[in-house]
Amino acid sequence: MFTKEELLSYYTTMVQIRQFDLEAKRAREAGEILGNVHVYVGEEAIATGVCACLNTTDYIESTHRGHGHTIAKGAQLKPMMAELYGKATGSCHGKGGSQHIADFKVGMLGANGIVGGGFGLAVGAALAARYQKTGAISVVFFGDGASNRGTFHEAANMAAAWRLPVIFVCENNGIACSTPHSTGGQQAVVDLSKRALGYGMESYVVDGNDFFSVYGAMKRLVKRARGGEGNCCGFLECQTHRPFGHIVGDVQRYRDPTQAKAQWEADDCIKNFERRCITAGWLEPQDFEAVQRAVSETIEQARQFAIDSPYPDKSQLFTDLYD
Amino acid sequence: MRTLTFAQATCEAMAETMEKDPKIFVMGEDLARQGGIFGQFKGLPERFPGRIIDTPISETFIIGGGVGAALAGARPVVDMHFADFIGVPMDEIFNQMAKARYMFGGQARVPLVLRAPDGMTFQGAAQHSQCVEAWFCHIPGIQVVAPSNPYDAKMVLKAAIESDDPVLYFENKILYKEKGELPELGSEEPYQIGKAKLIRSGTDVTIVSYSIGMKNAVGAAAILEKDGIDAEVIDLISLSPWDKQAVLDSVKKTHRLCIVHEAVKQGGFGAEIAATVAEEAIEYLDAPILRYGAPFCPIPFAPTLEKKVRVYTEDLIRGIKSIF
Repeated sequence: MFTKEELLSYYTTMVQIRQFDLEAKRAREAGEILGNVHVYVGEEAIATGVCACLNTTDYIESTHRGHGHTIAKGAQLKPMMAELYGKATGSCHGKGGSQHIADFKVGMLGANGIVGGGFGLAVGAALAARYQKTGAISVVFFGDGASNRGTFHEAANMAAAWRLPVIFVCENNGIACSTPHSTGGQQAVVDLSKRALGYGMESYVVDGNDFFSVYGAMKRLVKRARGGEGNCCGFLECQTHRPFGHIVGDVQRYRDPTQAKAQWEADDCIKNFERRCITAGWLEPQDFEAVQRAVSETIEQARQFAIDSPYPDKSQLFTDLYD
Repeated sequence: MRTLTFAQATCEAMAETMEKDPKIFVMGEDLARQGGIFGQFKGLPERFPGRIIDTPISETFIIGGGVGAALAGARPVVDMHFADFIGVPMDEIFNQMAKARYMFGGQARVPLVLRAPDGMTFQGAAQHSQCVEAWFCHIPGIQVVAPSNPYDAKMVLKAAIESDDPVLYFENKILYKEKGELPELGSEEPYQIGKAKLIRSGTDVTIVSYSIGMKNAVGAAAILEKDGIDAEVIDLISLSPWDKQAVLDSVKKTHRLCIVHEAVKQGGFGAEIAATVAEEAIEYLDAPILRYGAPFCPIPFAPTLEKKVRVYTEDLIRGIKSIF
């Protein structure tokens, strides 16, 4: 059972991610920001449900589609937006951009431009946590596409063999860039959670569009990971949607964009959350409206902060490289 | 003075740093049970129980996990078994290890040492004999070192472990058994990554090398002296960053340059040295730059062929004499 404050905080996080990324999409389409922007719209319940079970001192490894993970882990929106604009006030002082957004203060060890780049890093972070007895656990987010990287298999084997506190969170949005997961000839085993069983990991498949399912399964995996009972790594497959293209600007020649969007709209995790809370009598429609309004203001402030901030000075070219 | 082998000197560096800093741990294949396939970790597993960790044959994880552990505050030293296997975790090296600090705007530090035994030995053939240091000097964000003797092996490894940024430590397999003198404990000089050492002062030609190539460099200088050629010998030790100034200053004095390394000559680190001298000090040169390295072919197995890819001191002597 959740308190009203908890529910509102989860809802706020999901709405922050939604509005942040819709704004990022708008700004990229308008040419106000440049570079590769992958939006997390449609998958908000996963990052929110997963990170709701974590502490600030726990670690997450993210993907190219990393804004949602970063917000859910507790990063501030202003430096995040400034980073997308490549400004000196950005989380990475403008050196990373959308694809390398990071906030080490909250245990967000970086978005990764290399698909499948985070697996080894997350297992290594868990190893360090155990070695240093900090009690932290580690989570790696990845997509259905990344599950075919060799990095997944080496890291999964290692996490299980060493019983490390790592949770592999697979965001299966059904499509790897342009290639459909189930019919694309990418793997013989379509059910990705079966792969986890092969390594000796506890594994769940949940509806990634339902915050409560994600949260419930993650809670169980986190409990095992923290308690160190037996083999304490785990695998959570969250089935979800990717309503837009792989990247902002992708015209999606490989599928019917209207259909993909319609499928998501009928199963939008934020609407699902609202419906569940209202049916259960936990929250009222005006609660949601208040959050939406407050978040809009925060996003506008973040946008203004980003626009008003200076670009990094040329003198910064060689900083944070060699001492 | 004390006499140690190169391998013993690296062990001493490991033990001294591990003793001081509990954040340091070691991870790689065949370390805990075997002490490393060349015995270079001998004694450490007993002395530091639980801190020398055997991994499965998963080079991609070894580096990826090392980077992750470093990001999370540990100070891992990881071993690559043979430098030749470094292609397996290449992404972890050049997109993760090398980039994290810079692309995350300084939020991350990666105090990771990657030890890579390299070079021709035991008739290793194409996949167990290579010198691949030049690849990594092309990647901003990595420090690359390759010491040539036991004393440097120890002090450079200590500097690498104490560095807050990643270091690739190339250790030549033939050098492991080489003995050398080290000062008594406590009177050793700390090494600063990026600094070259002047091994022999001379006036007629500058010979630049590193790692096992220093045998050729020092050997040639000794013989040339008998023929009246006074060679200056520089051991680069660190290839990235490298001590450009030391080489330029020397060439401005001697007006001749000879570069030698065991690695393939084409695209080797010698090319960077030669190009830099050509760019910045060509007017000081009295003769073409000499550059020695392996011919452009994979390392062959047959002894008759393997012999042909080695660099010989006589080659240097002949070459240097020809430019006077």
